[in-house]
Amino acid sequence: MKRRKIDLAEAPKNFAKGVDDRFQAATPLRGLLNKVFPDHWSFLLGEIALFSFIVLLLSGVFLTLFFDPSMKEVPYDGSYLALKGTMMSAAYESSLNLSFEVRGGLFMRQMHHWAALLFMASIIVHMARVFFTGAFRKPREINWVIGVLLFLLGFFAGFTGYSLPDDGLSGTGLRIASAIMLTLPVIGTWLSAAIFGGEFPGELIIGRFYIAHVLLIPGILLGLIAAHLGIVFKQKHTQWPGPLRTNDNVVGERMFPRYAMKQGGFFMAVFGVIALMAGMFQINPIWLFGPYRAAEVSSASQPDFYVMFMDGLVRLTPNWQIYIPIGDGYSLPPMFWPAVVGLGALFTLPMAYPWLEARKLKDKRSHHLLERPRDNPERVGIGMMALTFFIIATLSGANDVIADKFHISLNAMTWAGRIGLVILPPLAYYISVRICLGLQQHDRQVLAHGVETGIIRRLPNGKFEEVHQPLGPVDDHGHPIPLEYAGWVVPKKMNRLGALAPAIKGFFYPVEKPAEIPVSPAVGGSAKREEIKSGR
Amino acid sequence: MTAVHHGETGTPVDVKDPHLTRFDIVKEGLRRDDIEIVTYESNFHGQNSKAERRVVRNISLLLLLSGLFTAAFLVFYIVWPWEFELGHTLSDYYTPILGITLGLGLLSLGFAILAWAKKLLPHELSIQQRHGDPSSDEERLITGQTMMFVADEMGVARRPLLKGAIAIGAAPLGLAVAAPLVGGLIEDPHKGEHPMMYTTGFHPSHNGDKPVRLTREDGSPIRPEDVSAGGQMTVYPGIPHGATNHYADSPTLLIHLRADDAAETRKNAEADKNGRNVGSMWGNYVAYSKICTHAGCPASLYEQQTNRLLCPCHQSQFLITDNAQPVFGPATRRLPMLPLTVDEEGFFVAAEDFRDVVGPDFWERP
Repeated sequence: MKRRKIDLAEAPKNFAKGVDDRFQAATPLRGLLNKVFPDHWSFLLGEIALFSFIVLLLSGVFLTLFFDPSMKEVPYDGSYLALKGTMMSAAYESSLNLSFEVRGGLFMRQMHHWAALLFMASIIVHMARVFFTGAFRKPREINWVIGVLLFLLGFFAGFTGYSLPDDGLSGTGLRIASAIMLTLPVIGTWLSAAIFGGEFPGELIIGRFYIAHVLLIPGILLGLIAAHLGIVFKQKHTQWPGPLRTNDNVVGERMFPRYAMKQGGFFMAVFGVIALMAGMFQINPIWLFGPYRAAEVSSASQPDFYVMFMDGLVRLTPNWQIYIPIGDGYSLPPMFWPAVVGLGALFTLPMAYPWLEARKLKDKRSHHLLERPRDNPERVGIGMMALTFFIIATLSGANDVIADKFHISLNAMTWAGRIGLVILPPLAYYISVRICLGLQQHDRQVLAHGVETGIIRRLPNGKFEEVHQPLGPVDDHGHPIPLEYAGWVVPKKMNRLGALAPAIKGFFYPVEKPAEIPVSPAVGGSAKREEIKSGR
Repeated sequence: MTAVHHGETGTPVDVKDPHLTRFDIVKEGLRRDDIEIVTYESNFHGQNSKAERRVVRNISLLLLLSGLFTAAFLVFYIVWPWEFELGHTLSDYYTPILGITLGLGLLSLGFAILAWAKKLLPHELSIQQRHGDPSSDEERLITGQTMMFVADEMGVARRPLLKGAIAIGAAPLGLAVAAPLVGGLIEDPHKGEHPMMYTTGFHPSHNGDKPVRLTREDGSPIRPEDVSAGGQMTVYPGIPHGATNHYADSPTLLIHLRADDAAETRKNAEADKNGRNVGSMWGNYVAYSKICTHAGCPASLYEQQTNRLLCPCHQSQFLITDNAQPVFGPATRRLPMLPLTVDEEGFFVAAEDFRDVVGPDFWERP
């Protein structure tokens, strides 16, 4: 029998044939390769969260190989001599061993923690981008809701995660969590007893948090992230207004190869930054905190930054206790308001915002073009109000550290936070609305009169006036005919009109030359286009 | 993704035509996907230009750097001493070295890929039609009717008996699924003669109904002269495991007040409105629960000058000389006082358990 010769050159073709025979992949695959993505730096903020999540999964799996989620008391017998012989939970012991007895273990632990912080930080910034540009409007409300849920889940993933080592700091966090559960009317004590398996701390909580942290929460996160991306893919990304861009098209570049390559490079860069931080910046040095002991806490006990807003709200809430004199008497502790009502409102109000805004504006259309923040001053005001609230609450979560470092009275810090929380958000609203209106006005002014040239002309009657460069056609007297505002950047400097070359030189010289982009949608357009060549 | 569905524009070409270039075929694909390329240009003038060669050199350099750093990472990972030792040793630098080498390796690779994509690949401007229109009224009608037809076929509306039977049949099943999941978790916080919410390790029931001694963390009992005037000490119930987290609500702060402070404290305690603190002091000594009534952190910062206890978690402050009433911060309730006395051997004991409930507040706290 003669052996058939395998023709290597034909192999890819045959493989592709085989795939298409079975899955009819050719047409959808071409669609995928050709899919057009709009490009703007602000669209990459969510990617940072996605890439951090991948790093979290990878480093997290490594950590589970060494971590022992048990609260059994054991004496420490590792190489960190300061704790030698100390009784501690097996969870804390295994976390110490992970840091000291495992090659590269501390590096992986710190990478996991930094990636978690970056995950939450990029979600917040991404949310702000989506909010301020109006990207949450119809048809994307559901994806906005999923985004808010992702933040909420990330919050709980982070909390369950940093509770696991069972060190002095995380035990304090658990103690507060139990106290928050206790504040719930009627079911409080039952809920706390159910979750902790009896009275705090019990012997089960680390094991329960462990399964939540490594299976339940990441599982839901993964599902929601898949849905989040799937919806972006299906609905196609929003784009900024601008030349050629309409509500019915997507202007950008095809996914392959350039766009996908840029994503890959960006992933490596994000991964690299996380690795650098993991190596160089210490985070959560659990060996300094000691095992959790109910009688011990150090000052400057701060949670991770994304939990600090809640801690801050709890600190600032005055001691308002509601006492209900029925029977033996019932009470609603003050922590109920910031920790239960506050947290609930902070998540449900943003979720409802897309519908609230649409209702107020009576807007039922679908929006695929983003809005510049200045074009919707009230939204910006509301967003800035929320951000100001969040920032004051977060800073108040560290008010003891601020008081200590800047030699301010602690009580003064608390009062500053209380007053700030009431006064500053409305102030932020007012200021940002005024700024938006001012920017709007300036845009209209430039569109009507042209760009300031910096050239001063003296008229025969002795009057001085500045020469303006009109952006569009002029009338018989040489006065510019006012242009419509198109929802996009209005050039305000002569450089933007090609008067001077951009000042940036060298390796980072921008590929996109400014003159290529028509100044306004009115200029340029599809009148004459040259035939497209392959570019090679 | 059929071409017809998308309402493509432009004229189709015969892709089998041998004269077509590969790019012509790509363009036909784009036409079928309703994409128009507006610009597609190389970033360089002419092939193999000086600028292009420079960019290629830079990218190669970045790739080489990446390889160098990653190889360095591997070498350091293997040979650098990593086992922790006390004092300043080479192993202190293990984690930073890993981070710097791996981080720079990944960053170089990332920048190489980015430079490749942004500089070497032709840049383009493409327009794809969005096709975000909702389904046609006809389609909606058909799908809606299909769903209604499915419901009709099930015939629940026509057969009312089924409706009731479903409810009766399915509800217990739902509960049966939920019950074992939830039921196992439920613990009655009020069960027993001495419910966990209301007792601490100082309750005599833990010690054969004899008063429980105050002990140090190591279990040794405490005599009054062990705490100097103006001093304080964290004490635990003198029972097995009394100083562990098993009795997390029991840590107590024993304070030896100076004579004038003690007099004031005693005056306030004896005048206590609900009488719970009456007779709880022993000499110039007072003992307060260390567990903050706000969120349960240990209110452990003792400020001698002002006689305040400060909780470092949320900055509630309690005035020691006035029944540990909260004077600042979010706490609403005073720290419970432990009734102190001294046994026949001269060691501190708790005359009885705390008379107030220890720890953070809850709904049914009496």
